[in-house]
Amino acid sequence: MKYLNSHLRSAAARFVPGRALAIAMLLGPAVGAMVAFGTVAAEETKDANVVTIDNFSFGPGELNVAVGTTVKFINHDDIPHSVVENNKAFRSKALDTDDAYSYTFASAGTFSYFCGLHPKMVGKIIVK
Amino acid sequence: MANKGLDDHGQGIGRREVLECMVWAGTGVLWAMSGGVPHSVGLIGEAAAAESTGFTFLQMSDSHVGFDKKANPDALGTLREAVAKVKAMPMKPSFIIHTGDITHLSKPEEFDNADKVFGETGVQMHWVPGEHDLIDEGQGKAYMERYGKGAKGAGWYSFDDHGVHFVGLVNVVDLKAGGLGNLGAEQLAWLEADLKGKSNSTPIVVFAHIPLQVLYKEWGWGTEDGTQALTLLKRFGSVTILNGHIHQLAQKVEGNMTFHTALSTAFPQPAPGSAPSPGPMVVPSDQLRSMLGLSTVTVLQGNKPLAFVDKTLAG
Repeated sequence: MKYLNSHLRSAAARFVPGRALAIAMLLGPAVGAMVAFGTVAAEETKDANVVTIDNFSFGPGELNVAVGTTVKFINHDDIPHSVVENNKAFRSKALDTDDAYSYTFASAGTFSYFCGLHPKMVGKIIVK
Repeated sequence: MANKGLDDHGQGIGRREVLECMVWAGTGVLWAMSGGVPHSVGLIGEAAAAESTGFTFLQMSDSHVGFDKKANPDALGTLREAVAKVKAMPMKPSFIIHTGDITHLSKPEEFDNADKVFGETGVQMHWVPGEHDLIDEGQGKAYMERYGKGAKGAGWYSFDDHGVHFVGLVNVVDLKAGGLGNLGAEQLAWLEADLKGKSNSTPIVVFAHIPLQVLYKEWGWGTEDGTQALTLLKRFGSVTILNGHIHQLAQKVEGNMTFHTALSTAFPQPAPGSAPSPGPMVVPSDQLRSMLGLSTVTVLQGNKPLAFVDKTLAG
């Protein structure tokens, strides 16, 4: 594993950032190490990258994250909810009470989402 | 169960509160319609006076089999109580219309349990899905395999009984961000074709999970394109619209249309805007059964409108 990481870092140094990220994504488990290496700020605020569902609403309704961030959605209601991106970029299963769903935002953009059961519930993740 | 909370329930309530109850709460009120205008005829005890054609059906709704949270730790148990009431009816209903949310999480064992308990009624069932019935991996595949045989699209269909035309609609599929319930163009086109050959004097009963009319937009209690369906129904002399979803009684009349939502058999939900969210309402356990129930719909003799009796599990 140590060998793989150091190999990756040297590979990242040789490629442009976008391509390095693409390689990191392909390699799956190594993604965490790569993101931590490149963006320390994102690592420090990792716990803040959580959207909770309470009283039929997503909170915070709008969340700003860096590219590569994993956002966790947790349902605290007594009713199942789901997280569905408006353009089908991602879609969670129905989340029962205290179930969670995580999605890693690999590219920049604004991702608007809603609850597939209660579409009045909407939220937004802004990835920069 | 041992506590008789019902005795306290009806005491010290003023006329205004009673009227509010008739609109929103689980008291049993018989509604009848004369010349398109419904009026409450009386409470449950007097309802037996209605002259029946022998054609009575039930509306049951929002059973949420599998729900076990604070608002009702045993939703299957209260469904069993509701079914026991059906079995004890002196006159067997012709069939039961279930207006959706049969299960809580669309799990196979939840559907199995629901089928088993409803099967005990020995009465034919007509189903439409609620949003809770379509959250399996296949996004509705489980529901369609069990209940969708012979239905069109996402599970809509129609049938005739005793001269009444019944239409089951699905408004919980392909929901749009920020929107309400949704019928969609394909279903509306089907509905138009389905109604085409029917004479204006044919009594129509439409049933769907989410209210077709907008009851409370802030909580998503309505159907985005519901007015298009209602426009198609306008020419008929008697239209009855049965919905669930909001876990409380609501009655509304517009012209020749009567809107009715049934109680849940699982848990109550708050009146519109009276709580931070429409989530399950926790009430003292001795009051729960007065807020759960089922509705009896009777087709009356002659040209009279359909009569409702909403009965709670406490009664």
